Order: sequence, then structure tokens, then C-alpha cells
Amino acid sequence: MKTPKFLLPVATAGILALTLSACGGGGGGGTTAGGGDAEAGLDGRGPITYVQGKDNNSVVRPMIAKWNAAHPNEKVTFKEQTDKADQQHDDLVQHFQAKDPNYDVVSVDVVWTAEFAAKGWLQPLKDKVAIDTSAMLKPTVDAATYKGTLYATPKESDGGMLYYRKDLVPTPPKTWDEMMQMCSIAKENKIGCFSGQYKQYEGLTVNASEAINSAGGSVLDKDGKPSLNTPEAKAGLENLVKAFSDGNIPKEAITYQEEESRRAFQTGNLLFLRNWPYAHSLMSSEGSSKVKDKFAVAPLPGKDGPGASSLGGHSAGISVYSKYKATAVDFIKYIASEENQKFYAIQGSLAPVLSKLYDDAALVKKLPYLPVLKTSISNAVPRPVTPFYPAVTQAIQTNSYSALKGEKSVDQALSDMQKSIESAGAGS
Amino acid sequence: MATELGPTPVKAPASGGTPVHHAPKGVGEDNKILSQGRWASWLLAPTIIALAVVIVYPIISAIVMSFQKDAGLDPATGLFTAGGSAGLQNYVNWIAQQCAAPAGGTVACPPGTLGGQFWSATATTFIFTVITVTLETVMGFWMAMIMARTFKGRSLVRAAVLVPWAIPTAVTAQLWLFIFDFQGIANKIFNASILWTGSEWPARWAVIIADTWKTTPFMALLILAGLQIIPAEVYEAAKVDGASAWQRFRMITLPLVKPALMVAILFRTLDALRMFDLPYILTGGANNTTTLSILVINQVRQGFNAAAALSTITFFIIFLVAFIFVRFLGANVVEQSGASAKGKK
Amino acid sequence: MTAATTELRAQQDRGRKAAQNREKWAQARTYISALVILIWCLAPAYWMVVVAFREVGFTYDTSFFPTHVTLDNFITAFDTSFGNRFGQALLNSVFIGVVVTAVSLLIGVFAAYALARLNFKFKFLVLGFILGASMFPGVALITPLFQLFTNIGWMGTYQALIIPNISFVLPLTVYTMTSFFREMPWELEESARVDGCTQGQAFRKVIMPLAAPAIFTTAILAFISSWNEFLIASQLSSDATQPVTVAIANFAGAQPQQIPYTAIMAAGTIVTIPLVIVVLVFQRKIVAGLTAGAVK
Repeated sequence: MKTPKFLLPVATAGILALTLSACGGGGGGGTTAGGGDAEAGLDGRGPITYVQGKDNNSVVRPMIAKWNAAHPNEKVTFKEQTDKADQQHDDLVQHFQAKDPNYDVVSVDVVWTAEFAAKGWLQPLKDKVAIDTSAMLKPTVDAATYKGTLYATPKESDGGMLYYRKDLVPTPPKTWDEMMQMCSIAKENKIGCFSGQYKQYEGLTVNASEAINSAGGSVLDKDGKPSLNTPEAKAGLENLVKAFSDGNIPKEAITYQEEESRRAFQTGNLLFLRNWPYAHSLMSSEGSSKVKDKFAVAPLPGKDGPGASSLGGHSAGISVYSKYKATAVDFIKYIASEENQKFYAIQGSLAPVLSKLYDDAALVKKLPYLPVLKTSISNAVPRPVTPFYPAVTQAIQTNSYSALKGEKSVDQALSDMQKSIESAGAGS
Repeated sequence: MATELGPTPVKAPASGGTPVHHAPKGVGEDNKILSQGRWASWLLAPTIIALAVVIVYPIISAIVMSFQKDAGLDPATGLFTAGGSAGLQNYVNWIAQQCAAPAGGTVACPPGTLGGQFWSATATTFIFTVITVTLETVMGFWMAMIMARTFKGRSLVRAAVLVPWAIPTAVTAQLWLFIFDFQGIANKIFNASILWTGSEWPARWAVIIADTWKTTPFMALLILAGLQIIPAEVYEAAKVDGASAWQRFRMITLPLVKPALMVAILFRTLDALRMFDLPYILTGGANNTTTLSILVINQVRQGFNAAAALSTITFFIIFLVAFIFVRFLGANVVEQSGASAKGKK
Repeated sequence: MTAATTELRAQQDRGRKAAQNREKWAQARTYISALVILIWCLAPAYWMVVVAFREVGFTYDTSFFPTHVTLDNFITAFDTSFGNRFGQALLNSVFIGVVVTAVSLLIGVFAAYALARLNFKFKFLVLGFILGASMFPGVALITPLFQLFTNIGWMGTYQALIIPNISFVLPLTVYTMTSFFREMPWELEESARVDGCTQGQAFRKVIMPLAAPAIFTTAILAFISSWNEFLIASQLSSDATQPVTVAIANFAGAQPQQIPYTAIMAAGTIVTIPLVIVVLVFQRKIVAGLTAGAVK
């Protein structure tokens, strides 16, 4: 029998593929437990890399330059990721799965902490490498904690605030019901009343959780089990659904992300807006802004008093695969230090994690919304802290979106959410 | 023909009748075929190796992983533990839309889980594919016919046609998101207040319009290249024979351009079935615009092994479509579909 | 040439005169169609350019004509002080695109020649294999590729971007060229061989010029798809090797939530217009040159 010679290359390729496949060895699943060795490299010192998403506020390079000047033997290199949270997340996951020792210190979004910790990718910050968090705002520390262990140090925070037209509304509403009553003012002026961000994306999870938390409910209970079958949760989601159906939230808000909602407010088409602090400087400075001197901020309205904002922001964690953990620990302490937090706030308008800075006169002069933001963050509830966050946020987004559009009753939406989250946790 | 190589089919039957061997003149001798086979193996080797390393290796490793369970949480430690072998469970879960139940076992996936979206994502993917590929084929053909004519400013048109396709998809998607904004230019031009990304069909049309705009040039260029190979003499002769424009199109253009057209349609279809960036950026998959690829990437974030199973299922769906194309619609480049038309010349 | 042909010619002339009006009308229709194509293709691109020249603060202005015109967005795009590497990324994209196009055309031509001209077994299987490579969802290839390139130390290198791109464009390259080669008048090659050319010479001197437009089209398709690739590059490139699509994704607003539409549109403009010009120039020079040498 003759050998089909032309098939040789094919066969070679096939064998090559199989060999490579064996080398890759299923590690691609990234599901192996335990991650790296948390005890290794604890005393290691040397040059490290700091990984963070796009440095919009231009603070990271100067911060690192200062560190490098003081630590010539433990220089930090900045690896800048893209501007998109999803891509940052996926990039980190790929590098952790590949056990990359070059991603030493990573910036962790508050909602990723539990997932990374449970995968065993983040160095627990305890015992030898414990970090003092007593001066920090408690919600920011909670968001960096998983199962009672701190896995990252908070470095910048964020919370939702209520922007309102001070030329039309003399005193801001304290509760949701008050705000809804003030919608008559919006009608008189022929503008929309209130909006947050209701497009089906992460921002909807933020807004829906805020509504549920502000009404006294919660998405997950203390054990991480869903608790959406409560009257409080129902009341919270119903507030949004009702506002949509009676027009207090304009119908186009179903397509809003942060920027669309800011634009609606900034062009004078909204009386109230839920947004992050970033909008403040843009709305008071942009050329096209029609509300430059006409708006002010207040804490989000709740059931009887200030509402519960969803917490934003990032923490700095150390990869378990890092070889120079001693340097890394010093570096994250430096990021969270008072000196640097002040620099972050002044230079980059980033919300500090240290409580006392919110009362610093110089800072308040620069960022007039700080006192309001302090209330917001102090009352903030971290978005659900769960290693199954991607599934949980999916469940919240999809079902609350259907409810807001009136395709599903509030009860049905909450019960579907509850079941979806239960199912995510059950996957084993 | 050398026949000692076992039962593997040497050639599938051609679409339109008996298999045509486009053999070099005077074939038949065994050693000629063999030497051609050796030649072919060397000529094909680089292509096959390149594909094997970058495509086949990942596919094999994904298939291997698709038979593993995703990591589960150990309630005692709060850490993930490796899932172990899953058998066909990942596949069954997708196709039957079953999700893990809190009490153990599986239940029908509640709305809001990815598992519950498999069939709707499949339907969405096919809707997008059928509509966009049809529109792109018709418009691309028309554009190519125009560009094949001689007129002043033809090179301007050819340049213009390249523009949509040359803009990187990442920019295109942002551009259309911007155009379809509630207060954007689309609503202004049509004096409408459509919530483009806010409900099912407007969102789908937004994706379809953006995709058609972007990829019609691909079709047009491929078809144009096919048109250019047709010798002008053929048309002249037909004109002389008094063939009408429609007859010339049906009897000459269509059959002669068919190979190029079929390749264009085939590859557009394969691409459209894997559509990802445009709907992902425009709608985030809301309002029934989640395609299979979007479902895959969402699942990658929740567990890679189940995502690998979904990718494999998608692979088979696409394979089936391609098979039907090649087998029944004559998108077979090695069979000489233009042969009969050429023979008349 | 026979008497019949002369007769035909005369008929043709008469027909031409009679159809002159029709021709005019056909010409007018061509121009109208061309105009429609221009508007369809260019209107959204026009909007991109208009936005590219707008001040950031007026991003959402909907006047049809340029207002609040500024060059700031272009300056921002090339500004390297905040870690943007747009200029470098442009060069990277050109380099990657050229290598991918050249290599995939070269090995694609080999493969297509074999598939179109040679008679061998398992042809159908080989075709199926090549096509099968473009059936797996691209998003699912990233993780295994990442593992593979990490294991062999290729992360962030040019070859880690070039080789996957070659594989992505190869199936299309091979298929289009095979289909074009099938339609070539191979009799010419045969006669050239009778005239004493080797098979290689015959292919180069006779077939290549004829196939030039088709090969050129394939080259454009290959170059642009490599130029457009984002998913793989976003995960496998480093700061030094990132292509332009990744660089654009790295653009960011002055504030965290802000989408820098004006800068993205400026980048889109910078990336697109030279590309189209280059393609045009190449089309004129190269294709014309090649076709001129063709044996007609």
C-alpha cells in the first residue's frame, strides 16, 4: 500500500496540534482550585508591575514616578489596560489563569473582588501582610473583603449622588416620595423629572440595586443567598417601574447610560439626575452645558432619609503569583496613604477612601460635592459581594429591564431574579 | 485512478449533476496523479500548518475542556474547586436549557440566566444572518455591476465603496451607536423619536443597518473581481446576437460570476453566524439581539468549560450550514460551476 | 474573418445608432446609481468626519455641517504624554497588515493553485478543513491561544499577532483565489509551455497578469481584515506591539464614564482615509502595470 504522501503535512500538523494540546493541558479552563501559593514570595523585593485600566485622571504616572524616585531598586512599571471594565476584567483573568508573575499589583473593581479571591488569585492581606483599614470608609473596606478576609486595599471610591436643578427646586428631596411629588415642577417647566441609567448593562444593576437597597431591601443576604422575595425589594423595584409608567422617568431613559443621562440633564431636559461625581465638573464647565450654575448635589433619596447608593471604585490587590510581595505590599500601602489619596483627589478628582479627607477644607474647596459624597459612600451598599457576580448581575439586568419596560410584573421579575441567582450559586 | 486508499470519498458529488474532473489535459496515468499529489501536498502544507497551529489546536483544546465541569464553590472555604469530568452534561444543559438547581440536579433555566437563552440566541443569529446576507448580496451585486461600467468618476465610487469597510469595526460600532442615539442624527433626519436600542425590532434593525453598511463593500469587491474576469468579448458577442440586458445578465453574468459570488456568500454567512462586535457594542445583547457569539463571551466570564461546549455547538451549527451550502447550493469551488457557460464560448 | 462577420459589424453599427437614446438613458441611470452608492457609503462616514472636528463639549451637536470646529481631537489622538501610542500603533498595524497580506497571499496562491489545477485525493477533505477553520466562534479561541503563546513565550510579540491573523484570512484567501483560478483560461498556460516556458514561468508570465485584479482584490480583503482585527490583539499584544484598533480602544475621556466620541471619530478618520488613498494608488499603479504585461 502506497503512502499518500501529500497527507504527510496534514498528519504532521495533526500531531503537532495534539502535542500542543497536551502542553496546554486544560489549564485554559482556569478552574483549578487554590490558585498560587499565598506563602511564596512574601519577603521578595524587586521591580514590580502595576496593572490598571485607562488612567483617565492622569494620576497614576506621577504617583509611580514619585515612588520610583524613592525606591530605585524596587521600581514600578505601569501596565495600562483599556478603558472598558469588561476588557480589564478579561485581561486580568487571562493573566491569572496563565499564572503570570509579571502582573504583581492589580487594580480590582469592587465587584470583582469576591470572584478573584475565590479563585485564589489574590493574596490574602492578613497576618504578616495585614493592612490597617481603620481610617477608611467602611463600605469601601467591606467591598474588598471576602469571607472575613481582606483581599485588597481600597484606593478610590465612588458613589451615586442626586443632581438637582437648584433654580427650580429650592430644597432637594430627602425621600423618593418627596421627589415624585416634586415632579409637578418638572411638568410645569415641560421637562423630564428624573433619570438614572436604565439601559441593559452594568449600570442597570447599579440603579436597580440602589432602588432595592434604598427601600430597605437587599439583593443578597449576609450569607450570599438571594433575598429578593421581600416586600422591601418589591417596593424598591416598583418605585422605578411606576415612575417609568407614569412618565416621571422619561421613556427614552431606557436607552441611557451615564453619558446619555448626563446630556439630558445638561441640556436642561431633566429636573433630577442620579449620576456619579464625574458629571459634576463636566456639567459645570462644558461649553454646551445649559445648567452651569443652576445645579447642586444632594444624597440620593431613600425611604425615610438618604438612600443607599451602590458603591463604585477600585481596590489594589496583589497577585498570588507575584515574586516580590514585600515590595507589592509597600506599594499598595503607599497608594492608600493619606498623602497619595490627597494627591488623587486634588489632581484627579478621585473620591478618597480615607474618611478624614472629606472634611479637609482645601479639598472641599476644590471638590464642593465632597460632603454629599461622604454621605453617599457612608450609606452605600456594595453591589452584591459574590464570586458569581457575572451571573448575578446578568440576572438583575435582564429581569429588571423587562420589568421597567412593562413586559413582566415586578413580582415575576423578582422571582425570576431570585431563581436565576440561586441557580448560579448551585452550579458545581 | 488510484484506488487503494480505502473508502474515503474522493470527491463529493457535484451540485449540478455528474462530478466534473477539472483534470489537466490528458489525465489518467497513475504516476501523473501521484506526482500531482506530491506537488499538491507541498503547496498545501503551509496553509494547513498555519491553520492547524492557530485554529485547530484551540478548537481541540476547547473541545477537551467542554467535557469538564466548571469550577464549583466549596461552601466551607469559599474557594472554587475544580469541577471534574462532566461527560455530555454541558452540551445537554445548553440544548435542553437546563440549569443547576439549588437542591441538586437540574431545572429549566429561569429567565435571566444564560442557559435560558440558547435557542433564542440561535434564532436571533439566524435572523441576522438571513437578513444581512440577503441585503448584502443584492446590494453588493448591484454596486459591483455599476462599478464594472465605465463612466467618469468611477474611481471615486470605488474609493467610496471601500470607506465603510476600511473603518475599524470598533469605530464603526461607536459611530452607529452615536448615530442611533435618542437625540442623535438618525432621529433628527427622520424627524422621529425612535428608541433605537430600546425595543426588539428597532434594535435589530439598527444592528442590521450597521452590519449591511459595513460589509456590503466586501461583497461588492468580490463580485466585481468576478465580473472583471469575464472577457468583454463575451458580452459583445451576446449583444451582437441581440441578447437583452436581462438575458445577458442571466445567461452570461450570473453563471460566470457564480463561483466568486458563492465564495462571497459562503464566507459572509460564516461571518454573520459568528457576529459579535456590532450587536455587543450597539445593544449589549438586550432586546433579543444576543447572538451565539455574545452568549459565548458572556458565558466565558461565568465559566469557561460551559462556554467551550457552547462554542462547539456553534461550530456544529455553522458546519451544518456550510455543508448545506456546499452540497446543495453549489458553493463548491472545485467543481467548475461556470463550466457550461464557458464551454459555449 | 468571414463575410458573415462583416455583415454582423454592419448590423451592430445600425443598432448603435438606433440605441443611442437608450445608451444616454443608461448612462444617466449609471450616474444616478453611482450617486446613490456614494451617499449610502459616505453619509455615515461624513458624520464621523464632522464629529472628529468638533469640540469635545459639543460632541452631541446635531447640525449637519461642521460646527465648533477644532483640531484638538487629532492632536489628542497623537499625544503621547498620557500613554497613548497611536502613532506607534499605526505603524504596527501597517507592519502587521503588510506581513499578513504578503504571507497569506503567497501561501494562499500555492494552495489555491493546487486546489484549482492539480488532481489529488481528499481534495474535498482539505477544502472542508480549510473552511472549517472559519467556523469556530473567534471569542472562544482567545483563551487557548493565550495559554499557548504564554507557554512558548510569545506574549506581546509581533508573531503572536501576525500568525493568528494569517490563519483568519487564509480560508477566504484560498477560497477566493481557487474560485478565480478555476475561471482562468488555462489553455494559455498550456500554449506558453508549448512555446518553451516551464510550468512556473508559464504561471508567472501568463496566468498571474490575468489573475492580477482578482489577486489584488484578495489582497485588499486580507489587508483590511487584518487591519480590523481587535479581539485577539486586545489580549495578546503589548504596549509596544499593539495595533491601531487596540490603541483606539485605549482612548478615554477626561472623566471615567465619558466616551471620547470625538477622539474615536478622529482616530477613525486618520485610520481610514490614508488606507483608501493607498488602495487607490496601488490599484492604478500595480494592477495597471501587471495587466499591461498580459498576453492577450
